[in-house]
Amino acid sequence: MKILAMDTSNHPLSVALVEDWQLVAETTLNLAKNHSVYLMPTIESLMKSVDWQPEQLDRVVVAHGPGSYTGVRIAVTTAKTLATTLDIELVGISSLKLIAANVTTFAPEQLIVSFFDARRGNVFAGGYQWVSGKLVTSIPEKHVAFNSMLNALPSENRSTILVGELNDGLEEQLKNVTATQFKMAPENTTIPSAYQLALLSKQETPVKDIDGFVPNYLRMTEAEVEWQKLHPGESKQSYVREV
Amino acid sequence: MGERNLILAFESSCDETSIAVVEDGRTILSNIIATQIDSHKRFGGVVPEVASRHHIEQVTRCLKEALSKANVTYADLTAVAVTYGPGLVGALLIGVTAAKAVAFAHHLPLIPVNHMAGHIYAGRFVSDFEFPQMALLVSGGHTELVYIESENDFKILGETRDDAAGEAYDKIGRVLGVTYPAGKTIDQWAHQGEDTFDFPRAMEKDASYDFSFSGLKSSFINTVHNAEQRKVTLNKEDLAASFQQSVVDVLAEKTDRALDRFPVKQLVLAGGVAANLGLRERIERDMHQKHPATKLIMAPIKLCGDNAAMIGAAGYVAYQHQKRAQMDLNAEPGLSF
Repeated sequence: MKILAMDTSNHPLSVALVEDWQLVAETTLNLAKNHSVYLMPTIESLMKSVDWQPEQLDRVVVAHGPGSYTGVRIAVTTAKTLATTLDIELVGISSLKLIAANVTTFAPEQLIVSFFDARRGNVFAGGYQWVSGKLVTSIPEKHVAFNSMLNALPSENRSTILVGELNDGLEEQLKNVTATQFKMAPENTTIPSAYQLALLSKQETPVKDIDGFVPNYLRMTEAEVEWQKLHPGESKQSYVREV
Repeated sequence: MGERNLILAFESSCDETSIAVVEDGRTILSNIIATQIDSHKRFGGVVPEVASRHHIEQVTRCLKEALSKANVTYADLTAVAVTYGPGLVGALLIGVTAAKAVAFAHHLPLIPVNHMAGHIYAGRFVSDFEFPQMALLVSGGHTELVYIESENDFKILGETRDDAAGEAYDKIGRVLGVTYPAGKTIDQWAHQGEDTFDFPRAMEKDASYDFSFSGLKSSFINTVHNAEQRKVTLNKEDLAASFQQSVVDVLAEKTDRALDRFPVKQLVLAGGVAANLGLRERIERDMHQKHPATKLIMAPIKLCGDNAAMIGAAGYVAYQHQKRAQMDLNAEPGLSF
């Protein structure tokens, strides 16, 4: 099985070609550059370098968020369009789970919490544990204030590993949390690897409704939040119609 | 040759996700348009992040439908064309990204298309083009007079310095309690009223071919607010008629002078506001009386709004002119001719 895996949910861009769960080629850029400009050329040159043709692909795997809205949409649009147009499998994996998987401890008790900065002191975060070689979600992903997330971590006799990039604001909040035991994972764990992404797809079933596949934003738009406040119970299933 | 040219075209610059298949630049085999108007109506205008989210929900469904309705497969296609600007960056990116994926997957050439050129080429479904040509483009985001010396060679003669004409309609519509987009209702009311308010005609006598609609908009809003303070109810049909007369006068006057200065074989009237009946009637009459030698091509009303068929038509011409994009094509929200 030939897999193309990609992630552009935050600053890094990672693309991998994987065959029968073995890495064939991988490129990761960590440049804060425009993913729209770099994603397809990276896929194109990687495929060319190993002499793969698009029609040989069997599966596309994409990190479907959370993260930068525009960034996530670029990979998700590319992935769902490739899967549709080539009529192949599509698998979506959480972007948070992807970096949590960089912490390769197999101690089942070990809680791994990954997070992305969501500005204004907030993060997107989720908690995971390795169970029989599979990474399972134990704290559902949400958009939350960093300190309240930290304070809500289980305080039993186990330390939590935090995976994510700390900017100044988040670091400040971290200092004020004393209730829980945790330690930061090494910095290299914050960089996503598309090879890892492809491997995580092994335990997932492909998306059934590719047309309906959208990013996991974890947040409504501000306009939508405001509107719903003013119009409780009026939301419709779909606001888009064909003309 | 003899082989048919089939272009798969993508358009997602604002609040419509549209994908079309166009044959030889002039026959629409399919033109799927998924509109988000009902969503943005809730907010009184297009919210960019909401628009991007709707586009990604729609894009592959529209793609499959465009192909099946046209009864063609990927193997039949000649090229993929896509709007890469101007427009909302997040919205444009969905079309650009999807178009690149399809072009890559099927080894097809990718043709970048300027959205405004697309609007002009809606006219090609009505008539063959002859050059030199002029286009009056009027939409929610743009108001431009474009001179086209020869095929695929666009030059802006004049454009709006502030609000686009369609934007002004939406803004005064809000004051009259008309939901976005307001153009159609204002047009209907205008036909039932009379120009009794005599709003300013901005830059009508100015030597340039530029437009301005914010003065008109302010004058309109002040008139309505003053009346409200005096507890006087103004006739909304007359207000609409007066506003529309001012807009149409300015557009027609500038076009007339541009045609005097740059004689052309054809004038194309296109863009969302080109569906306005008041504007169509006026330009038609003016052309008949003042420029009988210039042929007027009005984009079909159904193709005045954003759609991918027009991008396919413009893409066909760009394809003949060897215009190609590579996989690094990006959205250009501020793209100009």
